Amino acid sequence: MDTLYSLVQAAYIIAAVLFILSLAGLSHQRSAKAGNMTGKIGMVLALAATITLSLLQSDQNAGVTAGLIAAALLIGAVIGLRVARKVEMTHMPELIAILHSFVGLAAVLVGFNSYLTEESADSIHLVEVFLGVFIGAVTFTGSIIAYLKLSAKMKSSPLTLPGRNVLNLGALIVSAALLAWYLAAPSIWPLLIMTVIALVLGLHLVAAIGGGDMPVVVSMLNSYSGWAAAAAGFMLSNNLLIITGALVGSSGAILSYIMCKAMNRSFIAVILGGFGTEAATSTGDQDLGEYHETTVDQLAELLDESQSIVIAPGYGMAVAKAQNQVAELTEKLRHLGKDVRFAVHPVAGRLPGHMNVLLAEARVPYDIVLEMDEIQDELPQTDVVLVIGANDTVNPAAEEDPGSPIAGMPVLQVWKAKHVVVFKRSMATGYAGVQNPLFYKDNTRMLFGDARDQVEKVAHAVHAAGVLV
Amino acid sequence: MDASVRIGVPKESWPGETLVAMTPKTADQLIKLGYELVIEAGAGAAAKFADGAYETAGVRVAPAEEVWTSDVILKVNEPNLVEVARLSEGAVILARMGLGDQPELFQALNARRATGLSLDAIPRISRAQSMDSLSTMSNIAGYRGVIEAAESYGGMFSGQVTAAGKTQPATVFIIGAGVAGLAAIGAAGSLGAQVRAFDVRPEVAEQIESMGATFVSSSGGQQEVSSDGYARALTEDQAAQTARVYATESAKCDILITTALVRGQAPITITADMVANMKPGSVIVDLAASGGGNCELTVPGEKIVTDNGVTIIGYTDLTSRMPTHTSQLYGTNLVNVLKLLTPGKDGQLVFDMDDVIQRSIAVTRNGETLWPPPPVQVSAAPKPPPAAATTAAPTPEELAETEHRKQQRRYVLFGLAAVAVGAAVTFSPPSFLGFFTVFVLAVFVGFYVITNVTASLHTPLMAQTNAISGIILVGALLQLGSTNIVVVVLAFIAATVASINIFGGFGVAGRMIAMFRKDA
Repeated sequence: MDTLYSLVQAAYIIAAVLFILSLAGLSHQRSAKAGNMTGKIGMVLALAATITLSLLQSDQNAGVTAGLIAAALLIGAVIGLRVARKVEMTHMPELIAILHSFVGLAAVLVGFNSYLTEESADSIHLVEVFLGVFIGAVTFTGSIIAYLKLSAKMKSSPLTLPGRNVLNLGALIVSAALLAWYLAAPSIWPLLIMTVIALVLGLHLVAAIGGGDMPVVVSMLNSYSGWAAAAAGFMLSNNLLIITGALVGSSGAILSYIMCKAMNRSFIAVILGGFGTEAATSTGDQDLGEYHETTVDQLAELLDESQSIVIAPGYGMAVAKAQNQVAELTEKLRHLGKDVRFAVHPVAGRLPGHMNVLLAEARVPYDIVLEMDEIQDELPQTDVVLVIGANDTVNPAAEEDPGSPIAGMPVLQVWKAKHVVVFKRSMATGYAGVQNPLFYKDNTRMLFGDARDQVEKVAHAVHAAGVLV
Repeated sequence: MDASVRIGVPKESWPGETLVAMTPKTADQLIKLGYELVIEAGAGAAAKFADGAYETAGVRVAPAEEVWTSDVILKVNEPNLVEVARLSEGAVILARMGLGDQPELFQALNARRATGLSLDAIPRISRAQSMDSLSTMSNIAGYRGVIEAAESYGGMFSGQVTAAGKTQPATVFIIGAGVAGLAAIGAAGSLGAQVRAFDVRPEVAEQIESMGATFVSSSGGQQEVSSDGYARALTEDQAAQTARVYATESAKCDILITTALVRGQAPITITADMVANMKPGSVIVDLAASGGGNCELTVPGEKIVTDNGVTIIGYTDLTSRMPTHTSQLYGTNLVNVLKLLTPGKDGQLVFDMDDVIQRSIAVTRNGETLWPPPPVQVSAAPKPPPAAATTAAPTPEELAETEHRKQQRRYVLFGLAAVAVGAAVTFSPPSFLGFFTVFVLAVFVGFYVITNVTASLHTPLMAQTNAISGIILVGALLQLGSTNIVVVVLAFIAATVASINIFGGFGVAGRMIAMFRKDA
């Protein structure tokens, strides 16, 4: 038995190393596939070891336990693989959010079980259980709200209750008091009450954050789900869970940090929420002059005369599901010998790296999809920038107007190119509710309408022009 | 003017002129504006546009007499006095009429009560860019200048490494980075030459470098940022400085292209002494030859070779040497002016002398001479920096101060956290200590591993971390063996959702990763 236990631990250590290598594999597209495989092998190893251990330790009939394990894995596999195969890339943010909520739910349930199975526990263990359930519960409801907002089943505007920060703080203080009660007299009640409070806190935290801050929220929940797993590891004294949880937790934390930096906002400000409400009033009715419209044919002609073309996609491209049309246009322009590249702002879309995935799905080669820092200096030498569904990430007000709500946010300096063409549904403001002076610049032309239709038409017109010449 | 206004395009009369003011393509656009068009037979022949092509576009081909009676005349070069006399009373004529005062021409136009519009006088504002014939012509001249130089130069522009040895790339020095200069930089660069360029306006350094050329700077030789986008004459001191630059650069280069024109006048940039010091076989292209030439030895209209073997090209008809494209571009300039003058797109000319472009190009109207137009402040000038910004921005000292304070606060917080964690660890059981060590180390490993993940893979990263955080399944599996039915139910639910995570996460991450492909 002891040897077997050590064997299981050995399997866990190997699995932990494989998980680290699997994330390291994602550092480049070339090694990413191997990284994914490494992670799967690690998981298989860890599960095989755990199932063995679980069957040997089973207090009830081992056959029943085996049946339950098989059933749980089967249901999980069927649902999980189906979703993984079916989901559209534009719906990736929702999927990620709902998967976070599962980790949160599992952490809550495992926490309760841990309390129920080990009654004579020391105070450290009680703290671990309490924290694990707390983090799990916040992750659970928070992710569900994020899911609802991202899938547009709920309005994405921030819910701003009066004194919302006091409410959050109150929830934390009450939870701390409940912890004290729980430690003094361990019973299920303080744990249950705290769970309810944590569930409400999760709801409220994410409900208060607006749609455009979602990249930060999703990364943050990613991080929480990791900490929840780590807390479960502490309560179960399981190193594999601790290591994995810590990996995921720090991964989410770094992503949140990257996203915050890309928006020039502090993490605290995003979490406290309510962004976008005060912004709408500050620079709303400034007179910015006239904007100029263009037509599909004029744009096709312009593209025909241009040599270097940069496409700046944004969330609007995902909403209009225009990525395939954009890819088709790119293909045609490249076929005509044009230099076409993509400029992706770190917070474009609703998930870190969302645009890259959409473009990859549409078979745009990843080596022409560049980060903001890689392409920023080349924008002044670019003939045409096509802004497709991006708004705040190309807003010159961030650099020029210190009073703007997005002041200081690093943006793509598309206005430095010779021509800018903006694909937009109407003249409405972006998520931040900030007017975009880009639309009124002399070298900017607006092409109104559904991005998917318009890009498709341009692709056709370009092709026609190419044949004529 | 009644029903339909007729636009006439005569054949250019200057000897050797190959250009034409309208091409079949621009004719199409003019017809869309509602005009009736006639063209003199053979007007486009030298520019490779046959009469038939015009007829296909909807233009009537007519003899000269009929063309000159049209309501609007489009020309390339300024009309001579004989031509002006052929205009019908009150006609409108669009042509390039230079930038200087021409009392004789203006008087003749006024005698016919003609409206003269000079395409050379288009102000340099963004709105008028599409009408700016000077830019059009300069651009073409710059390109052609390089081609002429390449023809006269005895070597290749790009450096070559061959089995028979290697050759150095040609060094091209370009004076003046206006439209012509920049076009020349582009053309010479794309032929593979090493391009160096100089301009007295310091603000164009960035443009020069953006074209891939090296900006030659002279301390004191540059003047201040100009307010109207054109270069001005130099002060004595500046002139001495720039002369020194020209002398050193010309002695080093293989091709020298000089483009300095100040208001149609060509200052001397290259003296006979400088030419004497140049390498034999080198070539000077004087794009300012029409204004007398930047080089002392330039003979306008001619190509000469000096005693020390330097070729000096002083052609004044560079644009006419590429008549097809020049006519097309100049024709488009004319179309854009007519678009401005035809707001209703109904074939009716409407003049608005309050419009800055129309006022600037009008030289005569209703028997009055309107030249010179009032000056226009143009968009090339930089805006004054906003005063508010200077008061609001914190000084570097203040920034350093806040940074320092932040740093201190960070140390204090870090210290407090270390003490708190230290205390917690000290009073906890040894078993916890082991786990805690693992946890802290894993956080740091995670930090370094994730920092290396490329931003474009952040979404697959999240799916992958989702999958591996499903490892919480391990906890649930171990609890499934319990005899407590509540525990088993809870554990079963936990195990199910966690395994959805594992399978879903790995599946979708794998699917996304497989989509990333490199250019085939």
